Amino acid sequence: MSTPASDPLSKPLASSLSKPRRKPFRFPWLPAYATGYLVFLYLPVLLLPLFSFNDGTIVAFPMKGFTLKWYAQLGGQDTLLQAMANSLIVGAVTALTATSLGLFAARAYVRYRFKGRELSEGLVMLPLVIPGIIVASSMLVLFISLGLKPSLTTVILGHVFVALPFAVSIMKSAFDDFDQSLEEAAFDLGESVIGTFRRVTLPIVAPGIAASLLVTFTVSFDEFVLAFFLSGNQPTLPVYIWSQIRFPAKLPNTLALGSLLLLASVLLLLTAEYFRRRSAKSAK
Amino acid sequence: MAGLLRTEASKGIALSAPASLYVGLLVAAPLGILVAYSFWTQSYVEIDRTLTWANYLEAATDPLVRHLMLRSIAIAGAVTAATVMLAYPIAYFIAFRTRKKTLWLLLITIPFWSSYLLRVFSWKLILGFNGVLNSALLSLGVITEPLTFLLYNEFAVVLTLAHAWAPFAILPIYVSLQKIDRSLLEAATDLGCSKLERFFRVTLPLSVPGIIAGSLIIFIPTVGDYVTPSLVGGSQGKMIANLIQVQFGPANNWPLGATLSLAAMASVGFAAILFVILATALGRRIR
Repeated sequence: MSTPASDPLSKPLASSLSKPRRKPFRFPWLPAYATGYLVFLYLPVLLLPLFSFNDGTIVAFPMKGFTLKWYAQLGGQDTLLQAMANSLIVGAVTALTATSLGLFAARAYVRYRFKGRELSEGLVMLPLVIPGIIVASSMLVLFISLGLKPSLTTVILGHVFVALPFAVSIMKSAFDDFDQSLEEAAFDLGESVIGTFRRVTLPIVAPGIAASLLVTFTVSFDEFVLAFFLSGNQPTLPVYIWSQIRFPAKLPNTLALGSLLLLASVLLLLTAEYFRRRSAKSAK
Repeated sequence: MAGLLRTEASKGIALSAPASLYVGLLVAAPLGILVAYSFWTQSYVEIDRTLTWANYLEAATDPLVRHLMLRSIAIAGAVTAATVMLAYPIAYFIAFRTRKKTLWLLLITIPFWSSYLLRVFSWKLILGFNGVLNSALLSLGVITEPLTFLLYNEFAVVLTLAHAWAPFAILPIYVSLQKIDRSLLEAATDLGCSKLERFFRVTLPLSVPGIIAGSLIIFIPTVGDYVTPSLVGGSQGKMIANLIQVQFGPANNWPLGATLSLAAMASVGFAAILFVILATALGRRIR
């Protein structure tokens, strides 16, 4: 069988020349498998929101009835709100730091040829492939040895480390199709280096920056193991959820909180995707 | 700035330096301290800085350490194999059989962006004794009493991890399939290959780089996974990360924890290199 794109001409030709022949029915194995796989991917994720509206404290069928009380109860919990604030601070600082580092590095990788470029490009991707527990334990030992007490600062230092590969790869694709002659034109018209960057380069890659900020924020917002080791007595939201998981009585509230978190992550990602596509378009 | 950094090369180095220094320092410095700790010992809160092989001796001879290390590698291997095999048809489908590629890729990545902790937790709720699956099967009358083999064992760990890491297998395989020159496939057909022959002699060998990339990006982090064995592994499903956490937490034996971290990293590296050599050789043989 030929692939759809391979011979665009044969289809109309064949149909006009030969009599319409009925194809024997073939069960669409691949599409069916792909759909089943999507169900497997989504079911566990959708389970939390489903049961977060269930009027009962155990997660099992049959479900009891619809309620919003588990969500309503979240509002008054001070430790939860504090953890949420911690996560927002850590996420925002991580996103800004990782994206700025990624912006400059990606610019260098795409625009300049220099010794050690490949080494440097490989190095910044390294955090993706080191097991989390090893990053977490070794950073804890380092920070304690340096006299840095576990706190939000140490969590941020760790999160920038794991978010950086995401920032670099998003910014790299934003710079990839960037038309060099625009900058040269700005130079020729008398702009300074910094002026060119600010008034020509930056606006064009702005959607890429937005995408990187959102993705790195989400990475930080959802990260657990590093925060578990490095947060000390300033828990982030995932660390707070971890502490709640072991209490069956708190289960419905944890489900409600988890569902809100899922929703936030997905919305952030979809917005990031929107910006990423816009940056791909505007660069051309 | 422009005066100082005249050449292309120096501009490139200056711009990329902050990022690579950051990662470089945060890889090298913790590793260095970890190595130092692994030669020290700890009694209560005091760190004894006399250099000794004691931790390595303990890690090498303790049957629990060896057992957990081997189990972690076996579980990560099973997860990798299961994920890659389940993912291959999807990647194939997206690359060759659908026009809505971006939509499918987006659909597959969305669940991955939800919190990892919550996805694992959700599997615990599904597989539990009074959980979603058991209660659903009970109320449908398929079973008469709850299945007990679902949660707290290696199976639960492998299933949960295979779910969590799915996109990491699909994306690299998809990229390598997408790169295949379609005219090669036509040539194979013209030269008389059957569809199956064409797949095994052209498509599969050409997608080996994607399979290797996907396998490594799954295998390496899963060996050191902490959340999944903690939540769904029970005592049968504990992995090396749990033991490492105990050393840094409750047991408060950092030198031993450091040694275990280093040992885990070394075994992962060794297993990964072995895998790449084997897979590359296999890829050549099929061709």
